[in-house]
Amino acid sequence: MLTPAPLNRKRLLNTRGWTFLIVLAAIAVGVPYLNATGALPDYAVSLIGKYLCFALLAIALDLLWGYCGILSLGHGAFFALGGYAMGMHLMREIGDRGVYANPDLPDFMVFLNWQELPWFWWGFDLFWFAAVMALFVPGLLAFVFGWFAFRSRVTGVYLSIITQAMTYALMLAFFRNEMGFGGNNGLTDFKDVLGFDLQSQDTRIGLMVLSTLAVALGFLICRAVVISKAGKVIVGIRDSESRMRFLGYRVEGYKLFVFVLSAMLAGLAGALYTPQVGIINPGEFSPANSIEIVIWVAIGGRGTLVGAAIGAVLIAAAKTLLTGLYPEAWLFVLGGIFVFVTIFMPRGVLGAWDSMIDEMWHTRGMDPRERRLAA
Amino acid sequence: MVRVFRSLVIIAGLFQMMMLGPSYGQTSDEGTLRAEMARLAGADFDGIADVVTSLASIGDPEAAPLLRALRGGDIYWRKSDRLVVRAEKIPGRLLRLFDPLTGETLEDVKKRTIKKVKVNNTLRRSIDTALGTLTLRSPDRATRLDAAGQVFRNRDPATLPALDAALVDEADAQIAGIMRDARAAILLNDATADPAETRSAIERMVARGDPAARNILAGLDTRDPTLAAAAQDGIAAIDRSLRLWGYAQNIWQGLSLGSVLLLAAIGLAITFGVMGVINMAHGELVMIGAYTTFAVQEVIRASAPGLFDMSLFIAAPLAFLVAGLVGICIERGVVRFLYGRPLETLLATWGVSLILQQAVRSIFGPNNREVGNPSFMSGAFELGGLTITWNRLWIILFALAVFVFLLFVMKRTMLGLQMRAVTQNRAMAANMGIRTGWVDAMTFGLGAGIAGLAGVALSQIDNVSPNLGQSYIVDSFMVVVFGGAGNLWGALAGAFTLGIANKFLEPFSGAVLAKVLVLIFIILFIQKRPRGLFALKGRAVEG
Repeated sequence: MLTPAPLNRKRLLNTRGWTFLIVLAAIAVGVPYLNATGALPDYAVSLIGKYLCFALLAIALDLLWGYCGILSLGHGAFFALGGYAMGMHLMREIGDRGVYANPDLPDFMVFLNWQELPWFWWGFDLFWFAAVMALFVPGLLAFVFGWFAFRSRVTGVYLSIITQAMTYALMLAFFRNEMGFGGNNGLTDFKDVLGFDLQSQDTRIGLMVLSTLAVALGFLICRAVVISKAGKVIVGIRDSESRMRFLGYRVEGYKLFVFVLSAMLAGLAGALYTPQVGIINPGEFSPANSIEIVIWVAIGGRGTLVGAAIGAVLIAAAKTLLTGLYPEAWLFVLGGIFVFVTIFMPRGVLGAWDSMIDEMWHTRGMDPRERRLAA
Repeated sequence: MVRVFRSLVIIAGLFQMMMLGPSYGQTSDEGTLRAEMARLAGADFDGIADVVTSLASIGDPEAAPLLRALRGGDIYWRKSDRLVVRAEKIPGRLLRLFDPLTGETLEDVKKRTIKKVKVNNTLRRSIDTALGTLTLRSPDRATRLDAAGQVFRNRDPATLPALDAALVDEADAQIAGIMRDARAAILLNDATADPAETRSAIERMVARGDPAARNILAGLDTRDPTLAAAAQDGIAAIDRSLRLWGYAQNIWQGLSLGSVLLLAAIGLAITFGVMGVINMAHGELVMIGAYTTFAVQEVIRASAPGLFDMSLFIAAPLAFLVAGLVGICIERGVVRFLYGRPLETLLATWGVSLILQQAVRSIFGPNNREVGNPSFMSGAFELGGLTITWNRLWIILFALAVFVFLLFVMKRTMLGLQMRAVTQNRAMAANMGIRTGWVDAMTFGLGAGIAGLAGVALSQIDNVSPNLGQSYIVDSFMVVVFGGAGNLWGALAGAFTLGIANKFLEPFSGAVLAKVLVLIFIILFIQKRPRGLFALKGRAVEG
C-alpha cells in the first residue's frame, strides 16, 4: 500500500549534494597539495580548472534543459560572451607590453590601423566592470532573445534551432575583423590579472580553486531554484507547458527567469575559462561546441545538476585523452556516445545508477517510488 | 658563304610565299617589310617609332612576329652586315639567330657579334597599338576578336585608317560590332573629329551601355555644348541601365544561391517537415552524395576517360541510392527508437553525423577532393549585361527538376499517399493496413536520397571535403523553419527568398554580415510566424 507522501519539501542539500560539495572541496585542497608534492604535473592543474568551467556550464544548461525542458543549442554563445568580456579586460591589462607597445590600443587594433578605442571597449580596463559585463552581456542577450521567443511561444525543436542560428550568427560576426574583437585570432597573449602573473603556477592554482568555488556556488544557486516553489512550477512547465498556462501561471516569466539565470552562469564559466586557457576565439561560438555541452548533460543525467557536472568532466577528460592518443577515433567515440546514451541511457549515468539502487531496494521489499519520494 | 646562304633563304622564303598565294588581308610586298625592318639596325627611339608606325600603316599581319619580338626585346642586329635578326639564348653562351619575319633559323653566334634594338615604355605602347591593328586582319577568328578589343581599349586615333580598312573586309558580325565600337571610341578620343560623326559615336556608346562605354563618354573632351549635353544624357542612360542590370545580376545570383539552398533543404523538408524528425546528419548525407560523385569520376578517369562528360548522369542515381541506403540504415538503426522524442532524435542524429564525418575523413582523407566539371557545365555566356555560368544555370534547373520530382512522388504515387496518411494519423493509417514502419524508412530514405542528389550538384561548385555538410546544415534548417515545416512549397519559397535577400544585402554589408542579418531576420520572423511562411493548419500542428 502506497501512502500518498506529501510533496515533500526537499532540503537544499541532500546526500548527493553534500557528496558533490565534499568532492569539490577535496579537489580545491587536494589538487594544489598533489601539485606541490610533484605527484600532479603543472599542466594538469590548468586542465582540471578548465574541466571545472565546463562543469559549471553543464550545470547551467541542466537547469534550463533538465528542469525547464528548454533545449538550448546556443549555450556556447553565452559561455563565449562571458569569456570575451574577461578576455577584453585581460587585453587591456597588457597595456604597453604588447608587440607594438601601444599603451592605448590592443595589438590587433594597432595592426588594423585603428586610431582609438571603440566605445564598446570603454571601461574594460576596470576589473569589476569586466566581471559585471561577463554576467550582464550574456544575461541581456538571453533576456532579449528569450523575451521574443517565449512571448511568441516558440518552443521545442524550433527554439533549439533558432538558438543554434543565434550562436552561428554570432560566430560569423565575431570572425570579422571589423567587429573589433580580434577577428579570427580572438584575444590572446594575456599577461596578468589583477597584478598576478597568468604564467605563474600560483595564479593557475588560484584560478583553479576559484573555479571550484564557482561550481559550488552555481550548484547551490541552481539547487535553490529547483527546490523553491518556482522550481516546482518550472518542472511543471517542462512536463506540460499548456497545463501550467491553464492553471494561471505566467509561463513566459518563469522560462525567461531560468533562461537568463542559466545564461549568466554560463557567462561566469566563460569568464573563468579564458584566463586559464589563455585564449578566447570565435571558434567557441561554433554550433558543434554548444551541442557538445548538451551531450555532457545528457550523459551525466539531465535534471540532476550533479550528473551534468560529472558528464562534463567525463567527456572533456575523454576528449583530452583520446585526441592525444588516437585523434582518428575521437569523433567515432563521441558520435557513438551520442547515439548510445540517447537510445540506451535516456536518464544518463546518474539515472542508470538510480535505477540500479532502486532495483536493489526493490529486491529488499521496498517500493522504489516510495523510496524516491522519501529522498 | 654565310651571305650566299642567307640570300638563298630569302629567295626560298619569297618562293614559298608566292606558292602559297596572297595571304589573308592586305597583300604587301615582302620587300617593303624587309626594307622597313632593315631600318631598325642602329636606329634611335624616334627611328624605331617611325618604323613601328609605318609597319602599322602597311597593315600586313606578316609583320606581327617582328613587332612581338621587338616588344619582348629579342630583336638584334648583326654588327658585320647590319642584318636585323631575332635571337634566342641557347646553352653554351651562344645566341641562335632567326629571321624575324619567317622564323627561319640562321646561325648560332657569340653575343658580342650582335647588338640589341632597345625599346622603352612609350615604344612598347605604340607597338601594342600597331600589333592591335595588324592582327585585325589575321585569318584566326580569336586573334581578330582579341585585336578588335585591344584597339577599343587603346583608342589611338592613329589606328583609325587600319581599323576602317579591316572593317570593310570583316565578315564576322560580332567582330565587326566590336570594331564599330572601337571606331566610335576612337572618334570620341579625337577632338578634331567631325561633330556629326562624334554624335553617332556617342549614340553607339550609349547602345553599348557597359562601364567601359561610360568611362569613354565621361572622358569626352569637346567644346561643342550640344555634344557635351548628349554625352551627359548618354552617361545617365548608361547608369540607369547598369543599375537595372545590377539588380538583374543580384536576382540571378540570388536564384543561384536559392537553388543550392533548396537542394540542401528540400530533403530536410521531408524528414523534418513531414516526419517531424530532426535529422542533424542531413548535411553528412549531402557530403556522401558529393563523395559518390568523386568516386564515380575517379573510376571513370581510370577506366573510361571518354565517358567523363557522362559522369554526373551516372553519379546522380548512384548518389541517390547510396545516400538513401545510409538514410534507411539511420532510420532503422537509430531514429526508429526515438519517435515522439524530437530532442533526443536531434542528439542521436548529431552523433551519427560525427561518425559519418570521421568515416569519410578516414577513408578519403581530410583534404579537399577534386571533382571535375563536365564540358557542358564549364564556361559562361553573356545575356545582355549578365554573365551566366553554365554550372549555375544547370544547378538551378536541376534543383527545380528535383523539386518537381518530389512533388510528384508526394502527390501522385502510392508511397506519397501512404506517407501523408502516416503523417496525419499514424494509428489510423496502421489500421488501414499501411506498414507504418516501412513507410517511415522509405520516407527517411527518400529525404536522404534527395540530400545525396544535392551533394552531386554541390560537388560542382563547392569544395568536396568532410566538412561540406556542416556548412549547409544551419542554412538548410533556416530555410525549412522560414518556409514552414511540412510544406514543399514553403521550402521553395523560403530558399529563393533567403537566397535573393542574401545577395541584395551583400553589396551594402559584405558577405558575412549579410548572412548574419538574414539569420537575425529569420529569428525575428519566427516571432511573428512561429510556424513559418506556409504553416500547416489544423490538428497536425500540435503533433
